[in-house]
Amino acid sequence: MIRFILTKLGLLIPTFLGVTLVAFSFIRMLPGDPVELLAGERSVSPERHAELMAALGFDKPLWEQYFSFLVGILHGDLGTSFSSKQPVLEEFFVRFPATIELATCAIIFAALIGLPAGIVAAVKRGSAFDHTLMGISLTGYSMPIFWWGLLLIILFSSPDMLGLTPVSGRISALFWVDTETGFMLIDSLLSDEKGAFRSAAAHLVLPTIVLGTIPMAIIARQTRSAMLEILGEDYVRTAKAKGLSPFRIVGIHALRNALITVITVIGLQVGVLLAGAILTETIFSWPGIGKWMIDSISRRDYFAVQGGIVLIASIVMLVNLLVDFMYGLINPRILHRRS
Amino acid sequence: MSLLEIRNLSVEFETAHGLFRAVDSVDLEIDQGEMAAIVGESGSGKSVSMLALMGLLPWTARITADRMNFDGKDLLTISQKERRKIIGKDISMIFQEPMTSLNPCFTVGYQIMEVIKEHLGGTRKELEARAIELLGLVGIPAPESRLRAFPHQMSGGMNQRVMIAMMIACNPRLLIADEPTTALDVTIQAQILELLQDLQHKRGMALVLITHDMGVVAETAEVVNVQYAGQQVERQNVVDLFAKPQHPYTYALLSALPERATGKRLPSIPGVVPGLLDRPTGCLFNPRCQFATDKCRSTPPALHSKVLCHYPLVDGKPTNNHPGVSGPGSSGQGSSGQGSSGQEALGGNV
Amino acid sequence: MSQVQNTLDQNETPQTEAPKTISPFRQQMREFWFYFSENKGAVAGLFFFLFVVLVAVFADIIAPHSPIEQYRDFILIPPAWQEGGNVEFLLGTDPVGRDLLSRLMHGARFSLYAGCIVIVISLSIGVMLGLSAGFFRGMYETIVMRVMDVILSIPSLLMALVLVAILGPGLRNAMIAISITYLPHYVRLARASAVAESARDYVTASRVAGAGTWRLMCITILPNCMAPLIVQASLSFSTAILDTAALGFLGMGAQPPASEWGTMLAEAREFILSAWWVVTFPGVAILLTVLSINLMGDGLRDALDPKMKRS
Repeated sequence: MIRFILTKLGLLIPTFLGVTLVAFSFIRMLPGDPVELLAGERSVSPERHAELMAALGFDKPLWEQYFSFLVGILHGDLGTSFSSKQPVLEEFFVRFPATIELATCAIIFAALIGLPAGIVAAVKRGSAFDHTLMGISLTGYSMPIFWWGLLLIILFSSPDMLGLTPVSGRISALFWVDTETGFMLIDSLLSDEKGAFRSAAAHLVLPTIVLGTIPMAIIARQTRSAMLEILGEDYVRTAKAKGLSPFRIVGIHALRNALITVITVIGLQVGVLLAGAILTETIFSWPGIGKWMIDSISRRDYFAVQGGIVLIASIVMLVNLLVDFMYGLINPRILHRRS
Repeated sequence: MSLLEIRNLSVEFETAHGLFRAVDSVDLEIDQGEMAAIVGESGSGKSVSMLALMGLLPWTARITADRMNFDGKDLLTISQKERRKIIGKDISMIFQEPMTSLNPCFTVGYQIMEVIKEHLGGTRKELEARAIELLGLVGIPAPESRLRAFPHQMSGGMNQRVMIAMMIACNPRLLIADEPTTALDVTIQAQILELLQDLQHKRGMALVLITHDMGVVAETAEVVNVQYAGQQVERQNVVDLFAKPQHPYTYALLSALPERATGKRLPSIPGVVPGLLDRPTGCLFNPRCQFATDKCRSTPPALHSKVLCHYPLVDGKPTNNHPGVSGPGSSGQGSSGQGSSGQEALGGNV
Repeated sequence: MSQVQNTLDQNETPQTEAPKTISPFRQQMREFWFYFSENKGAVAGLFFFLFVVLVAVFADIIAPHSPIEQYRDFILIPPAWQEGGNVEFLLGTDPVGRDLLSRLMHGARFSLYAGCIVIVISLSIGVMLGLSAGFFRGMYETIVMRVMDVILSIPSLLMALVLVAILGPGLRNAMIAISITYLPHYVRLARASAVAESARDYVTASRVAGAGTWRLMCITILPNCMAPLIVQASLSFSTAILDTAALGFLGMGAQPPASEWGTMLAEAREFILSAWWVVTFPGVAILLTVLSINLMGDGLRDALDPKMKRS
């Protein structure tokens, strides 16, 4: 198994180098001049301009710039953000927990609804429930989530309508919660403030639904089709012939096999989630990496964009690797071939 | 009272082209310790009738019967929950494809222990001991180590043994074996059959063997049901069936056995079992029957002393005023339908 | 009899049979329609999609107002059926007094146009790259596939955003950026088919017969991997509309005053709590259009994929 992981990791190296190259060349293709951006309205003399360019390393030949970028990555140095003057890596990790918290809630929400719904639809194939569910999930799959977010705000947050949930941010401004883990749900529990957790949870509801909608639709559809295929298998008939209860047959014998596909599907949603996080975080002013990337792009924050691309792509690659690994773990046919 | 009694069982499927009758008034009776065989080509509804008994048919199937009793319990009216208490415990079934009939995601041991736990209960230790005992009983070497093996790590023959172990785990009184050897190598086939027979004798189970192999029938069964296109065409004890086949289909099946071949060519039954769209009128076997008359083509036959034929055979000759045997030229007519365009040698199909 | 036999064979495997039959196209279309029309949702999707196409084509004629004309006296008028509504402006007006219905009708053009262009670009380039990679193999294949891996590992919207930042905001650049993020799917599909097909006997046969590389790739292999490509194209048509709208919403796609649906949403965002209609209707338009295309896509898959068809 360790060899399997190492081989896979080895295969990731060229892709990772490709990502760094892409990120590197992208920001050098961005129109505009970093120094002028830094200077803003102030005018910069040509000498001062050259000096600043040299300070940022833009005066060196491109290959040398790329090389020092790579060396920097190895040392955990992704440059300094123009706007905040903080190291990019630090900037990233300040916001990362917010995105993880949101994405985790979204995927749990998606799986909690999508999985059982897909199973029931498959078991009751052709029924009204099946048709309704597939209709809903195709609608979810077709949802422009930026609009979905606005619509939910109108419905749930508008004081004229339900007025239930807050519109933006991670927690009400009334609370001051110390950052311990970066996860607001946990931090608010740890803090002594009464109602902080409630507020944090309420702030999570709408973003979770918005971000989880498309993965939920995908999970429901994939679970259904995987279960449909498996319910026709010989071993399901065997399970029935053993006199097992329908619950055991569907929930243990069929589901265990379907999970091989479904877990892979869930894992592959990470890219979708991160792309969705950009929109969701923008709508709900959620201080995560999605919003940070959008802001950095519009501010032309060169190093933040460059570092952000590398970091986000690395996360996607690592999670895909993890999914590969999980696939091997839950599929006995693969597990034993390697040992 | 018999252990299992089925009277006039019919199974129909709703299809896009109308109702399809896969099993047509089949009877079966079997006593404790008896061994019966159901014989017929693929598509004759052998498995379907037994799956109906087990309650394993999809919901599109319509099952009707005058009687379907097991051990005094009426399986027609029994609730799903009650049925599940019998299925896998008192009646169990072995399937054709051992490689796909075991769940690939669970160990062999888990799958055996599961069925015992479901019906008899027991602690983990007891279950494990019983599973090891069962694996030994079905002739799996080193059963302790096999407990943690997955089905894909074993051969087809081994998997079929596991399947048997699983299905006899609760000491069933009736075991249905649905072509248990078809997917296996010839050498393994004999071993599995021997194992089944051995188990049947030792435990006094009733055994229903579904097969298309007349050779298997000769070696194992006591009573034989011959089924064709969902209908039971003949029912005899094995000795009489082989000595004095009465239905032309049985006769043709037996003639197709390599051991019985006289000429250079293996005799075959031309054509295939009729499906949904090519069902003939009259006797269902008439298009392939060498003795078929106009009466056969127009009127469905009634049961003549356990043979579904207008002209039951005696010594290979049709009786009951068959127009062909009244004169001496009968043999010519008899052979005309045979072998001319044999598409599927039944013997070769085995 | 042979005719009947033909139909039966067709039923089994429409794709592989196609090149051999006598009048393959009509036969295939009839067959295709048979399976497609079995799926009621797909037919409904098709009709709605045709409706959207008609609206887009005839927007100039059927739209009651100009999409950019600002009726200063009618700012933020609610839909006609609501109190304060005006029959002149059926779905109400936006913050600068433009007729919402007319804007939506014209907006259909942007979305369909973007969807089409994205498919054309990503399909043609992706298929070329994929086929050649599967055909020539070796170093070239490795490089192409690694590049695709790189594109895949960057979330598509992030990739598109950065690309648009480089190229400059606007609908055209948004379409180019989105096309690039869709490339890997086509490349992978086409490559897999090319690798699988080039091992087949009929490819060897045409190679032996002296068919050139180009001919082999485009005339022999390509038609045999069309089905998955078409299904993928229908999928990316709908996602392209979504992504174009998303870029518009983020201010990186079509620029105001263009009545692109995503851009309209972005402009309407601040009125979210005061004028629900300016936010609701553009989204409904996107959702219904995308949904209809996805419904069609499901039907397409059922009709084109013989494996799914049988289940």
